[in-house]
Amino acid sequence: MLFDAAFLDSLPRFVTPLLLAALAGAICHRAAVFNIALEGMMLIGAFSAVAGAYASGTWIGGVAMAMLFGGLAGLAFAWFSIRRGGDDIVVSIGMNFLAIGSTIFMLRLLFDTRGQFDDPGIIAVPKIPLPFLDFQTGLSSLLSNQSVLFWLGLALTFAITFLLRRHRFGLQLRAAGENPEALKTAGLSPDRIRSIAVVISGVLCGLAGAQLSISNVTLFTENMSAGRGWIAVVIVLMCSGRPLWILPTAILFGLIEALGFRIQGLGLPQQFTDALPYVVALVVLAAVLSRKKKSGQIT
Amino acid sequence: MTFARFGKYGSIIALVAVAIAAVVLVPGVNENAMNFLDGAFGGRRNFNFFTTLSRATLIIGMAMSVLVSFRAGLINIGGEGQLVLGGLTAALVGVTLDAPPAVLLPAALVAAMFVGAVWALVAGWFERVAGVPLVVGSLLLNYPAVLFASYLVSHPFRDIDSGLSQSHRIAREARLPKFDGTLLDYGIFLILVVIAVVIVFERRSVFGYRLRMQGFSLPFARSSGFPVGRIYYQTLAISGAIAGIVGFIAVFGMNHRYVDGMLVLPLYSWTGLIAVLLAGMVSWLVPLTGFFFAALGTGAVGIERAADIPREAAQIIQALIILFAAGFGHRLISRGRKGDV
Repeated sequence: MLFDAAFLDSLPRFVTPLLLAALAGAICHRAAVFNIALEGMMLIGAFSAVAGAYASGTWIGGVAMAMLFGGLAGLAFAWFSIRRGGDDIVVSIGMNFLAIGSTIFMLRLLFDTRGQFDDPGIIAVPKIPLPFLDFQTGLSSLLSNQSVLFWLGLALTFAITFLLRRHRFGLQLRAAGENPEALKTAGLSPDRIRSIAVVISGVLCGLAGAQLSISNVTLFTENMSAGRGWIAVVIVLMCSGRPLWILPTAILFGLIEALGFRIQGLGLPQQFTDALPYVVALVVLAAVLSRKKKSGQIT
Repeated sequence: MTFARFGKYGSIIALVAVAIAAVVLVPGVNENAMNFLDGAFGGRRNFNFFTTLSRATLIIGMAMSVLVSFRAGLINIGGEGQLVLGGLTAALVGVTLDAPPAVLLPAALVAAMFVGAVWALVAGWFERVAGVPLVVGSLLLNYPAVLFASYLVSHPFRDIDSGLSQSHRIAREARLPKFDGTLLDYGIFLILVVIAVVIVFERRSVFGYRLRMQGFSLPFARSSGFPVGRIYYQTLAISGAIAGIVGFIAVFGMNHRYVDGMLVLPLYSWTGLIAVLLAGMVSWLVPLTGFFFAALGTGAVGIERAADIPREAAQIIQALIILFAAGFGHRLISRGRKGDV
């Protein structure tokens, strides 16, 4: 059976990192910052989470550390690209490079190991049991015993929707993306708002990384974000940065990843199932964007 | 996306700044500097220098591939996939085609160039026809390429006796010769030709002129009546073909087979890309920056051997150089933001 309880149980684990990273990308997208450093920021988050959880002995320490260093990575991005006027793509490439190099470097320096750090001292993010859900419907498998970060991701989807639609800062953020002149006329600095957006996106990527390293598992492996940040970029582009669209799209890609994992068990070579999300991402993105292109929304 | 307005030497200043920072911040620098120089250039009869050159060959090759596309304003960051498929093709031709070296070598080279070019064109097709930004499409295509290559050498074309995910060896007489007592192979001559051709064409030919103008200003190219679409695809094909050449050299010169991960883990493609950015897309500077990054990599290995400082320090320094070059140097790519005046 392909969609059994274990499958449903695994689904949120695949969805959460994509969702959080795509929300991060969406905030930048709406502020007209082309942040393709999601991958690197996630990796930094994953490492910081492990280091924080290990050092403090609490999962909160891990999550806080991931948010802190994710935010710092966002700050660095904002400084180089917005304050200093570097190109978003070049700065992103630099940040991704920095993330790979520095996490491996710190892995050696702090834990004196290569490849992987794995220790019982790494405290996992707790899972929330929902005993009142009926096991028969499958809802229990899907929703019960999922990580705190999964629920946080869901809450953030709606919070960010509210922020963008109703809140003063969200309006300013969209203005920074769509009509910076209006902001300037109102006496506000678009660059300042964009910088804040990038820092927020760094924090969210930190959370996405924490989900990977101290919730899905409790270990860090080199380059463990493994391209998920790029899938998140695709999700953002597909949904034009609208959080309410991002949620179902992230679920779709989580489903594909979970399915790939499943099919592997049926004997299909791992390389094919690993490649599946990227191929689907490209094809679906092409389908979505070519429709927009025809209808003249993009040139 | 257009490239515009770049000063030439800003990045060199950034580089010097980072180098000074590294020298000031890292403790025990004098000793490490010696270890670094030894790792990059020293060794018995300068063995390490030739290793650096061998690494530089591949990095500069990838840099030339990136340079061609970036000059035309095409942000092709899918060099890795093009490189891997090129190398894979070369290896498969090398082990399956039963022919004398005089036929086998050119056949493998042409096949590698062809496949590299096709993979770049696929990314181009996705942008032109479906509107997927090249920077995203070309990157996404890396994953299926790398994984497909990994599959082929793990299953159908695997050298099972070796116990590793790698293809069979290429016949001894078909391999590119190496310089005596070094790891450097004659592939470097091929790359020298590529460098010369790219530089001359970019600066002296009509095609190169159009390519550059298209990169500076697409509206200008259009209104001047350049065949914009054709140049777009031609540029990508050339870029991918150069990546294919590099794959060929890595297989026929260095490893003599395709080993899973051999072209990905050393980050040849990405290092080549940042070499181009550091050179501010000035074509004749690219070989120098490419060599510099190769030396940085092998020098870091030297430091690691002697002082137990992880070699990834080199990657961190490279990343910082690019970030500072982007922030303080020339505007490498200046597209402006949506809505900004």
